[in-house]
Amino acid sequence: MEALFSLVVGVLSASGLYLLLRGRTFPVIVGLALLGYAVNLFLFSTGGLNTHAAAVIGESISPTDPLPQALVLTAIVIGFAMTAFVVILAIRARSELGSDHVDGQQGEEGDVSR
Amino acid sequence: MNQHLIILPILLPMVGALTLLLMGKASFTTHRRVSVSLTAALVFISLLLLDRAASGELSFYGLGNWQAPFGIVLMLDRLSALMLTLTAVLALGCVLFASAGDDAKGSNFHGLFQLQLVGLNGAFLTGDLFNLFVFFEILLLASYALLMHGGGKARVGAGLHYVILNLAGSALFLIALGVLYGATGTLNMADMARRVATMTGDQSALVTAGALLLVVVFSLKAALLPLYFWLPRTYSAAPAPVAALFAIMTKVGLYAILRVQTMIFVDSSAAGGITAWLWWSGLATIVLAAVGVLAARDLRPLIAYLVLVSVGTLLAGAALGTPEATTALLYYLPHTTLICGALFLIAEMIGQQRGKAGTRLVRARRLHQRHLLGGMFLLAAVAVAGLPPLAGALGKLLLMQAAEGSARLWLWPLLLLAGLCALIAMSRAGSVFFWASYKGEVATGKVSRAQLAGVLWLLASAPLLVVFGGPVSAYTQAAAEQLANPQEPIRQLLGDDPAREIVQFQETTGEAP
Repeated sequence: MEALFSLVVGVLSASGLYLLLRGRTFPVIVGLALLGYAVNLFLFSTGGLNTHAAAVIGESISPTDPLPQALVLTAIVIGFAMTAFVVILAIRARSELGSDHVDGQQGEEGDVSR
Repeated sequence: MNQHLIILPILLPMVGALTLLLMGKASFTTHRRVSVSLTAALVFISLLLLDRAASGELSFYGLGNWQAPFGIVLMLDRLSALMLTLTAVLALGCVLFASAGDDAKGSNFHGLFQLQLVGLNGAFLTGDLFNLFVFFEILLLASYALLMHGGGKARVGAGLHYVILNLAGSALFLIALGVLYGATGTLNMADMARRVATMTGDQSALVTAGALLLVVVFSLKAALLPLYFWLPRTYSAAPAPVAALFAIMTKVGLYAILRVQTMIFVDSSAAGGITAWLWWSGLATIVLAAVGVLAARDLRPLIAYLVLVSVGTLLAGAALGTPEATTALLYYLPHTTLICGALFLIAEMIGQQRGKAGTRLVRARRLHQRHLLGGMFLLAAVAVAGLPPLAGALGKLLLMQAAEGSARLWLWPLLLLAGLCALIAMSRAGSVFFWASYKGEVATGKVSRAQLAGVLWLLASAPLLVVFGGPVSAYTQAAAEQLANPQEPIRQLLGDDPAREIVQFQETTGEAP
């Protein structure tokens, strides 16, 4: 389970990072979202990975650490708000700068990575 | 009441922000009155806290009366009291200035401003790493909106970069927290410090990785060398009172670095790496920022680069790590923050009277109030370049005295040359603004009383920090000594015996990743 979990976190962060480095705002936002998922999963795993372990003492033989779950909840809420904000900001930038390139450049020459 | 005083710097602006946001359609005058009086009250409260911390007493406040290390704890020591006071003083100047009309250019300026203060004060007070993350997010969210206040191409463009960069920074912050929590099983700073000190082997390597990641995140906020390229554009695009308040934002990063470096990782294997990274990046930041100061063709980016010079100076000072260096940098910190803030405000007033030329360094119409503005500009330029008799010179002198051995060889020339670059750039800017103007034409526009009050409030710090140099440096020295002795807060908060129960709990629940 540990190997699968770390593989998922790794692939998610790698894809997030790749998209984050693209030139257009939409891939960048998707990249941020993927990075956010990777981070949330990673945070969730910091208490140790257990199966059949509730986060409440007495509910199961070995309770799992509840704190990472609380942290992940906080991080999800903040990440959700941030994604909403950055989407609106990107739309605003598109209309104000006349381009969806992160540097506000026109045309294809700004899109080096294609 | 007395024991609850410590939460007021967070609670007061929070309630204030909600009130201001809910007031919505009330007139600007009402908004301004509420906002200014809230900020003035904040100055008063932080002075009370400063007085309390000055006695050397450490205050703790368990939120919801949950006991540390389980609950979130607020901690007030000399350093946080100093930062709180600095924030409140700077904010009062900014909010006074904004009340002259900048707040009317967009919506909800004052509410967002107070929210930003919530985040700043919380970041300075908290004793819990995850809580620090939350307050960072609060202050960043408010700053995103404040940066875009008034709108416009430049602001939206700069804002997009700023937001995306900080979101990536937040992701890194969370990863660092996850690594540290996985290795130590706690997020309370004092508790973590105690566990890091006894750590060996694999766990210690994990802690080092987490610590270095944290320092990278804080360097992004503080705008240290490879991570500073967002700052000049963002700060020069921001509305003046917001840019002035942002002068403290880089210092939040510095504060966080100082806090984790002196408290948590002081004896860990990460300490050497952190110090080396801070020292060389700090010095390189000074060099590149000095070049930027000389190359800037507009007053606003010029001031932004001056902010960077001060960041480099402060972080190089933090890397020295001796109590003398910390004394010096804590003395230099309020001075440079307030003066950089004042400079942004002065730039705005100059820009208002130069018509289309704005703050660009080109010939333009003659300023309407050139004596008043010139006088203030001169005072701020002398202060920011670190010339005697103002506090900048004293701060740099203290810092240079604190450097020893080969550190002296690097710090002295760089610091002095950066001062020289600032002097040259500011004299060039001043001569363009006040002397190289077209004959005859006089620009219209007048500095309003609120703007003047805001700027003078901030500028007054330069002479005052010299006049009260003795008490202030005695305070910063005491603060440095307090920071150099991290065992004291740990012992006061958690008692003498190590918390065995938690360690056992960890062992039974399976291995940490």
